[in-house]
Parts: sequence; C-alpha cells; structure tokens
Amino acid sequence: MTEELQIIVCIKQVPDPHYLSKITIDPVTKTIRREGIPAVMNPLDRNALEEALRIKEQLGGRVVAISMGPPQAERVCRDALAMGVDEAILLSDRVLAGSDTLATAYALSMAIKKLGSFDIVFCGNETVDGSTAQVPPQLAEFLKVPHITRVRKILSINRNELIVERTIEYGYMKLRVKLPAVIAVTKEINEPRLPTVSAILKCYRKEIKKWTVSDIGVNPRQVGLEGSPTRVIDVFSPEVKRKRKIFEGTTDEAVEWIIEKLHEAGII
Amino acid sequence: MPKEWKGIMTFTEQRFGQIEEVSLELLGGARTLAEKTGGDVSTFLIGHNIKNLAKELIAYGADKVFVADHPSLTYYQSDACTKIFTNLIHEQKPDIVLIGATSIGMDLAPRVAAKLQTGLSAHVVKLEIGPDGILRQIVPGFGGNVMAVVTCPEKRPQMATVRPGILKKIAKDESRQGEIIELDVKISEEELKAKTLEMKIEPPPELPIEKAEIVIAGGWGICDKECFNMLKELAKLLGGAVGGTRPVLDEDLIKEDQMIGQSGKIIAPKVYIGFGISGEMHHVVGILDSDTIIAINIDSKAPIFDFVDYGVIGDAKEILPRLIKKLKEKLERKQC
Ligand SMILES: Cc1cc2nc3c(=O)[nH]c(=O)nc-3n(C[C@H](O)[C@H](O)[C@H](O)COP(=O)(O)OP(=O)(O)OC[C@H]3O[C@@H](n4cnc5c(N)ncnc54)[C@H](O)[C@@H]3O)c2cc1C
Ligand SMILES: Nc1ncnc2c1ncn2[C@@H]1O[C@H](COP(=O)(O)O)[C@@H](O)[C@H]1O
Repeated sequence: MTEELQIIVCIKQVPDPHYLSKITIDPVTKTIRREGIPAVMNPLDRNALEEALRIKEQLGGRVVAISMGPPQAERVCRDALAMGVDEAILLSDRVLAGSDTLATAYALSMAIKKLGSFDIVFCGNETVDGSTAQVPPQLAEFLKVPHITRVRKILSINRNELIVERTIEYGYMKLRVKLPAVIAVTKEINEPRLPTVSAILKCYRKEIKKWTVSDIGVNPRQVGLEGSPTRVIDVFSPEVKRKRKIFEGTTDEAVEWIIEKLHEAGII
Repeated sequence: MPKEWKGIMTFTEQRFGQIEEVSLELLGGARTLAEKTGGDVSTFLIGHNIKNLAKELIAYGADKVFVADHPSLTYYQSDACTKIFTNLIHEQKPDIVLIGATSIGMDLAPRVAAKLQTGLSAHVVKLEIGPDGILRQIVPGFGGNVMAVVTCPEKRPQMATVRPGILKKIAKDESRQGEIIELDVKISEEELKAKTLEMKIEPPPELPIEKAEIVIAGGWGICDKECFNMLKELAKLLGGAVGGTRPVLDEDLIKEDQMIGQSGKIIAPKVYIGFGISGEMHHVVGILDSDTIIAINIDSKAPIFDFVDYGVIGDAKEILPRLIKKLKEKLERKQC
C-alpha cells in the first residue's frame, strides 16, 4: 500500500473528426483516401488523460500514456507529455498493422503487463474512426481485471476502489469497482486541459519510449491481420438515393411547398 | 463427437422486467437469418424474477429461452453476466450470436468475445448470409462515411452488436411453441468486482424520437430558445418529436436522448425535417433510413442538400413561424 498509484492511459491517433466527411474510398482499389486529413488524438482519450492527471494531483502517483500505432503516432505521445503525463510509450511495429480490436487489446495488454503493476487503466469510451468501443472491455479481459464503460463521473476514489456513474439510455447506473480496473470515459466526465506553452516546449525534451512486439513478448501470430478473427472483405461509400429537389423562393412560397410535401408524405 | 456450431443465439436485455425493444428486433432478424443457416433461434435472458418474460420471447420468435435468474442479478452485473453467457455459448455452440448495441450490450459483448477469443463487429447496420454461408456484417466507420463488410471466417461464434431500429421484430404469436430452460446460477459476491449498486431511469418522454413518425430536428443555425419552442409547437401540431444535433445538445436546448447521429440515436421516421442543420456525416448517419428527408438551410452549399428529398434554401427563422401559422390554419379548417 505504500507504493504510489499507477495510472495508465490508452491513447490512439485518429483522423481529425472535422474532416471525416472528406474521407473517401477509391472505388477501384478500395483503399481509403485520407490524404491531407490531419491526424489528432482521439478526443475522448484527452478526457481519459485529464481524469488520470486529476487523480494524480489529488492522490499522488504516476501517469503513463500508451499508444499503439504507426511511427507518426509519436505526435499523440508528445501531446500527452505536454498535458503532463510522466511517461509516454509508443508501441509500433509493422506486424501490428491490420489488428482488429481483439488483437489490439491483446497487444496493449502485453505492453501494460510489461510496465508492472497498475491501479487504473483509463481509455476513451470509443474512437472516432472505428468507434467500436470494444477495446476497453477486451483489454480488461486480457488483463483479467474488471471494466466499466461509459463512465461519466467518478464519485469517490481510494486505493482499493472507485465508485462511479455510467450513463445508460434514459438514466445512469452507479457502480463500485475493486482496483485494478479498466475505466472507459465519456465526454461528460471533464473538460480536458490545454497544455501551457512551457509544457509544450518542455515535452520535446522528454523521451518517448518506443517498443516493438519483441520488447513486450507479443506473439506475432496473435496480432495484425493474421491474429485478427475478423476480416474486412469489402469497403464502400453508402449510396444515397434521394430525390434531391431543391426549392428557392419567398418565405411564403417555401412554406406552401413544405406543406405540400408533408401532405404527399401522408403526414397531414 | 464434439458439438458443431449451429443456430443463432441472441441476448435479451430487460430493465426492471421490461424487455428492450432491440431484443425483440434481434429475434426477428435471427429468424430471417435462420431461414438460410438452418438451426434454431435461442435467446439468453438474465435478471431476477424475470421467468415470466420467456413466453413473450417465444411469441416473438425464440425456439429456446435460456433463463438465468438470481437475486444478485436485479441490475445488470457485468462480471456475472459475462461468465454465465460465455459458459452458455461454450455449451450450446451457436454459430451466430447477436447482441443489441445498447449501453449494456456494448459493455457485455466485447468482454464475452474476448473470453471466447472470437471476432465481434460493432454497431452493425445490416446482416446477411453470404453464398459461403458466412455471416456478412455491414459496419459503419469513420463517422458513417465508409461502410465495411466484415466477416469472421474461422473463429466461432460469429458475433455482432446490432443497432436498435435496424432489424424488424416479427408479429407476436402467442401460439408459438418453444422450450424454456432454467440455468443453474451460482454467484458469490466476490465475483462481482464491478458491482452495479443502483440503476436510475428517468421515464422516457411520451414519444421518444426513435418511435416518432415525424421528427423535427434543429441545428446550430437556429440555436436559440425561441426557435426550439417553435420546433416543439410544430412537433405538437404534426404529432411528432423534437431532435437535434450535437451543438444544440451542448447548449442544453435538447436532452442527450434527443440527439440524432453517430453518438446519438439512429432514427427511421416517415418524415425528418431539419432546420439549420449543416449535414455533417456524424449527424446524417442517424437519419439515412428516414422515408422522406426535408431540410431548410440558408446556405445553398450546405452538405445536407446531398441527402434530402426536399430541400429549401432559406432562413429557417423566418420559415418556422410562418409554417406553424399556415399549418394551424389548415388543420383548423380541416376540423370544421
Ligand atoms: C466523435 C464525434 C461524434 C459526433 N456525433 C454527432 C452526433 O451523433 N450527432 C450530431 O448531430 N453531431 C455529432 N457530432 C458533431 C458533428 O460533427 C457536427 O459538428 C454537427 O452535426 C453539426 O451540427 P449543426 O448542423 O447543428 O451545426 P453546424 O455545422 O454549425 O451547421 C449549422 C447550419 O445552419 C445553417 N444556418 C445558419 N443560420 C441559418 C438560418 N437562419 N436558417 C437556416 N439555416 C441556417 C448554416 O448554413 C449551417 O449549415 C459529432 C462530432 C464528433 C467529433
Ligand atoms: N491503437 C490503440 N492504442 C492505444 N489505445 C487504443 C488503441 N485503440 C483503442 N484504444 C483505446 O480504446 C478506446 C476505445 O477504442 P475503440 O474500441 O477502438 O473504439 C480508445 O479511446 C483508446 O483509449
């Protein structure tokens, strides 16, 4: 109990959500075109970082951020350092490419085990690209610890347990969880801090640890395309079949036109 | 000989003894799939004092209902539910497992899939059986801008969480026959590491947006109290419900359960009317299944116009009050 609190935060680099509608598919090669689309930290992962940092400020401890991704994901590790984490780790290896959520959760769990013991692993509840919300519970399964998703508020915390609220449709649930645990957070939990200028400058002096699968004892056959039970066999852009009749005129004309269309649709 | 993976199993979600609509939809969808795959449709029902619900599940298409009933299961308990469901799947070996993509389903499914070391796709919007007999799961990605066809070719079961409102439930048939199997449930308190202490549900509005035939939605372009009061009035006139986009939720003009889109509700009303909504993919994915889409936007280049049946280029703040006035006149005349 004398040891300090160990908090881990999983962060992922994703395409900037403001540019999602610019993402298209090459109909022939079926590749996803994302040229010119900036990559940023998954928005909810900032909330996860913020919550971890607040707990550290309250109770002391250490916060480590981990990201699995291509070498460019170093950027989000830098961002995490600028926000104030003690250490940032980038898990990057060619064999990890194409991992589905199960393979991702397995690889992240091995990295977390390599770090030693932990009390809380914070995640965003979902990402903006895949937005599966599957990694946190799957990560918890590999770590053999409990998980809670959709956490909007931490009501109390001590070394042994957390009491939290999670959102559900038309309400919420209150839960008590024994630590260690995986906690996936929603946007409501906090307002993430903006890094100060000096913190941004300082983060460039800190080192980002880079790990490959061999550093953490990952079985290469359990990750990447080979280690993923799911396969993407086709991608396409959703087809929109709409009439697309556009009206421009005076307000009164527009109102008449709308009423006519409501009538045609059988509403009035 | 080891049992083969066969048939379809769904997860039935109930809250305070009320079956969630999506669970009935899953049974309907499973029946359709089972016509191609063969095998029976079973479902897993968990809770306390819920045995009486099993008959209803049979009436909605289940051939077998596996019931886990225990005083510790009054609320959803992730640890216990994962364990019982995983054991049941191991034992029954369904080829396909379907779970509603609700706050509870999305908490349970990934954990179960990881325990079984099998694949899982999230928020599926369409399911079909391929010529090879394998389940094809259509999954939206990148905010709904890209659709992916996902399969799980080798591992079993094939698992998916399905968005509410996608599959169709079948007509209730009280005369359908089925089997009810009570599971032997043992739970110790220590097992409940993440323990649900209480569950609070505010009564949903009389007409939630996902059930309304007409949805009047407002966006940032009309983001003020006055306009939203007009939306409410319009909704009342037409017998519909009010929804909106993320920015108006952030301004507290609507509640969480009224937000439409990727992180909100997916709706499929007869008519959707959007006022002052730009038509970002995040929002649009929530309305694509509407029969008729009408939008009013001041900017002729707004992306929403790519998704409409009827679009009006104009000032929503001017159109709204006139529309209400005209409609009132019309409806009054009808009554006389
Ligand atoms: C991870 C993530 C998830 C998200 N999930 C959702 C989601 O589920 N649902 C959702 O809605 N959003 C979601 N968003 C936000 C989404 O990307 C858009 O920002 C949002 O949908 C835009 O809302 P809007 O159309 O109301 O506002 P804006 O994009 O600001 O559009 C306002 C529109 O109003 C028009 N306008 C202005 N004045 C008038 C007037 N007087 N009359 C008529 N028109 C006028 C303008 O021309 C403009 O087109 C999400 C974002 C992220 C990052
Ligand atoms: N490649 C990754 N590296 C680090 N964390 C991840 C990664 N993928 C997912 N996560 C974590 O899991 C959360 C949910 O992701 P997802 O299940 O993909 O929607 C994210 O918000 C992250 O906290």
